[in-house]
Amino acid sequence: MSSHENFIEPEVIPVDKNKILKIWKVAGILSIITAFEFLIAFTLDDKWTKITIFVLLTLLKAYYIVAEFMHLGHERKSLIYAIILPLVLLFWCIGAFLMESNFILNDILNWY
Amino acid sequence: MSSTVTLEEEKDLWGGGVAPMKASYGKLMMWFFLLSDAFTFSGLLAAYGFVRFKHTPNEIVNGEYFASIDKWPLPDQVFNAFPFMHEFGIHAAPLVFVGIMTFILILSSVTMVLAVEAGQRMDKKAVEKWMLLTVIGGAIFLACQAWEWIHFIHGTGEGGANLVLNEYGPPAFADFFFFITGFHGTHVLSGVILNLIIFYNVATGMYQRRGHYEMVEKVGLYWHFVDLVWVFVFTFFYLV
Repeated sequence: MSSHENFIEPEVIPVDKNKILKIWKVAGILSIITAFEFLIAFTLDDKWTKITIFVLLTLLKAYYIVAEFMHLGHERKSLIYAIILPLVLLFWCIGAFLMESNFILNDILNWY
Repeated sequence: MSSTVTLEEEKDLWGGGVAPMKASYGKLMMWFFLLSDAFTFSGLLAAYGFVRFKHTPNEIVNGEYFASIDKWPLPDQVFNAFPFMHEFGIHAAPLVFVGIMTFILILSSVTMVLAVEAGQRMDKKAVEKWMLLTVIGGAIFLACQAWEWIHFIHGTGEGGANLVLNEYGPPAFADFFFFITGFHGTHVLSGVILNLIIFYNVATGMYQRRGHYEMVEKVGLYWHFVDLVWVFVFTFFYLV
């Protein structure tokens, strides 16, 4: 313990109530969105309306997790863009994949 | 006076010697690792979407649902089991179990944010408490996933599932289930292990002596990412 003798315990900074409140608020929003997704999974009938709502709500949840929990929303702009821009390009890739598979399905169905 | 200092800083922002993104090396590298990991998961989910949409979807006809090897199953007809539900006389609880798993993971993400917040205040006791709760949350999630896998593999008495055949739909359905949730589960497992190591270091006072709790923030980034991926898996594998 000799090396610890000179160590002074740093002082604890008191809690900022607003900060804690904000964290729980984001948590509440995430839970409510999940519950809402759950609700429309069983109440809405039209498949594509459902899928559109799910995708939008998922992106909203992703925004809250990345911007608030991962604190990216409060970082420098250069860092935000370094992370977000490559991911935006992915949407094109995923969209292209899904369209391609639809063509294949139509080819299979119209085989004969 | 202060404005001249800012100007100087702006000029030399990318000239070396300062952190231009105002993030430490370790944090930056964690971000770039997570970006590459996001690519991997996007690849998996895109492949899943590709294979799914090249099958005709199964549907409920006259209130009855039959699994077929040619038709892509409806998730709420497959994932409708809950531990001990038969003992309570319930025969189907569609998506309830994964809904609870999602909730558990979100909660453990919240405790992680609170651990990071406590670390910034140098509050060792609070970091310990929240890190421990985060580890417990992750462990509960893993236990839930183990149950989910066991139930999926054993099935409902019609053959269950393996990598070659399954009772729910085309072989690729079970393959993607094992691969995507398994890959995510591996991430959760390594996250829990990392969190445990950090918890140990916090408890022994390592970060207190170091003067900052940045390691908690870095592992926190990873843990939130695992939660983030689950949000997408939940939507695209279970809900849609």
